Amino acid sequence: MLDLLWLVPAIPFASAFVLAVFGPRMRSKAVAVLGAGAIAVPAVLMLLIAAAFVSAPPAGGAYTQVLWTWIGVGSFRPAIAFYLDALSLVMVVVVTFVSFLIHVYSTEFMRGDEGYSRFFAYMNLFVASMVTLLLADNLLLLYLGWEGVGLCSYLLIGFWYQDPVNGLAGRKAFIVTRVGDTAMAVGLFLLFHSLGTLRIQDLLHTASDQWQIGSPYAVAAAALLLGGAVGKSAQLPLQTWLPDAMAGPTPTSALIHAATMVTAGVYLIARTHGLYELAPQVQLAVAVTGAATLLMAGCSALTQNDIKRVLAYSTISQIGYMFFALGVGAWGAAIFHFMTHAFFKALLFLAAGVVIEALHHEHNIFRMGGLRKELPAAFWTFLIGGCALAGLPLITAGYYSKDLILWSAANSTAGTAGLWVAGIAGVVLTSLYTFRLIFVVFFGQPATPVSHRPGPAMMIPAFVLAFLSITAGFATTPFAAFMAKALPELHEGGMGMSEVINSTVAGLAFLAGLLVAWYAYLSNPALGRAAATSRVGRVLHRFWFSDWGMDWFYDRLFVWPVVWSAKANKADIVDSIYTGLTRLAALCHRYFSLTETGRLRWYAAWIAGGSAFAVAIAMFL
Amino acid sequence: MLPIRESFILAGILFTLGVIGVLARRNLVFILMSIEVMLNAAGLAFVVAGAQWRQPDGQVVFLFILAMAAAELSVGLALVLELYRQYKTLDTDVLSRMRG
Repeated sequence: MLDLLWLVPAIPFASAFVLAVFGPRMRSKAVAVLGAGAIAVPAVLMLLIAAAFVSAPPAGGAYTQVLWTWIGVGSFRPAIAFYLDALSLVMVVVVTFVSFLIHVYSTEFMRGDEGYSRFFAYMNLFVASMVTLLLADNLLLLYLGWEGVGLCSYLLIGFWYQDPVNGLAGRKAFIVTRVGDTAMAVGLFLLFHSLGTLRIQDLLHTASDQWQIGSPYAVAAAALLLGGAVGKSAQLPLQTWLPDAMAGPTPTSALIHAATMVTAGVYLIARTHGLYELAPQVQLAVAVTGAATLLMAGCSALTQNDIKRVLAYSTISQIGYMFFALGVGAWGAAIFHFMTHAFFKALLFLAAGVVIEALHHEHNIFRMGGLRKELPAAFWTFLIGGCALAGLPLITAGYYSKDLILWSAANSTAGTAGLWVAGIAGVVLTSLYTFRLIFVVFFGQPATPVSHRPGPAMMIPAFVLAFLSITAGFATTPFAAFMAKALPELHEGGMGMSEVINSTVAGLAFLAGLLVAWYAYLSNPALGRAAATSRVGRVLHRFWFSDWGMDWFYDRLFVWPVVWSAKANKADIVDSIYTGLTRLAALCHRYFSLTETGRLRWYAAWIAGGSAFAVAIAMFL
Repeated sequence: MLPIRESFILAGILFTLGVIGVLARRNLVFILMSIEVMLNAAGLAFVVAGAQWRQPDGQVVFLFILAMAAAELSVGLALVLELYRQYKTLDTDVLSRMRG
């Protein structure tokens, strides 16, 4: 069974190729069947592979499939090879399964769109790249997948390219992530230069043999890879691209910018965990980045009025939790949160897509309202997703994964009280902005009439994800045991907080957020408005609404100088040297062509004069 | 024994006369004749140099020059005849068709 692994990326890739070449001439039904089918087969295949992997674990807990040598230059021989262990297995199963559900959803959501086949070609290419990234045996192949998903992200954000704003958002995403990718590429060069291999498992072994804990090489390599992860996963300070990425179609936001691609950074750090254990300073930086991001993005999410932007900030914030978990050494908890987040955040986006489509592409939550009665299916799925996001105690999956992260922060040798408090504050914020969203959108007075009701292809994936958003949490213990096969377990120590206290505090934090949201947006909406319009409130609102002024700051720091120098150099100073050369050549041509008279005797005279000149030079010099 | 200095001066004078003939004359026949003069000047220089170093090579080269001159002239005169038949003139400036 395991040797069919190569089909998992190959099928979506082949389908993307077929759709890209023949898609425009295919009937939309055929496109839908091919597009969704090319994900269904790998998803089923992956479940079978997972069953085979669990029932008969391969030797050493990992299975490697070498297809061929990709490049052979001296000792540099990266292979096209796939590496399947507990970590990549979980990631690929979740990615293919969620992708399949979202593809089914897209068949209805995108119906009638001009670029129907183009959309599925991009989406399939994305899944192929993402699976390549996750299964890659060496960092170079991982980088190929990494850039592949970046490309698909760019293509899908700018999917409706007729509107320049969407193109701008796509370029922004591409350029901002490029900053991180460059750091990552430098990290790869450094690793290959000092360790002589890019195979991840060899590399981690060699690194732990060769480098001391805290050695400058380990710190530099871990920090550079962290740069790549921060860019891809939209963490501080490179998070500005993700809210704008919501310009893409909603299924894209659900799949790429919530459930899968943006968690690639989490996967990268978990995959190369050995490096981070050699560089505790960088690991602390991961935790601090995560904590800062989850708080900042949580505040920003409170002030947004575009339903998708709220969810985008919440994605940034939840990935902050994953980084936070990685930083305190709770590797398994981070991957567990990735899984539950993939379910409930994809669910929230799908439900949001239903609402947006039902209201004529209305994104502003204050022009929604009262949809509880009109769209009951969307309401209940959104409520379940929201509860999982906010962490409704004991029932939802999000509670279990977040609880595990918080407990790890308190009980890890790498954790501190400050980090734990930040995590709890994040729970209050998450609960607050989630229920603000739910109360504003689904309760109160209807503001826009519902024009369109979703069909089964849109609701069934949401139901499946809603089911998983609740039940996935009950798998905490077997999941942790399974993860322990690939990732080191938590180094227990630190504050030694008991599980009961931690869970109680997290539950109370959830309730606090819920009550404040209920009071400020449902029971007494005038209060919420008053808070937002008071003097301090206005300043904070503007500040948080603009993502803490990060875009403003980056515009002035990077964008404006570049634009200014481009304008100043409009005439292209360097180029004028080259145009000068051509002018000189043209001038010479004009004057020399005057000597081309066509007169025989004139030519003879030139020959005679030239010969005399040459002889004179030979004689006198 | 040929006086070498004077002989070379004579060859130089002949060559210069030939060049002036080529440049100054407009009639193709005279131009060809001037070229003959230049060739002979070169031949003279070869013969003198051969005599100076007592080597037969100078005279051998002169024979080659003669043969080459005869060949060149036969082709040249044939062209001149054909040109004259077509254009009824041998003036090079009138015949000039080349434009830079």
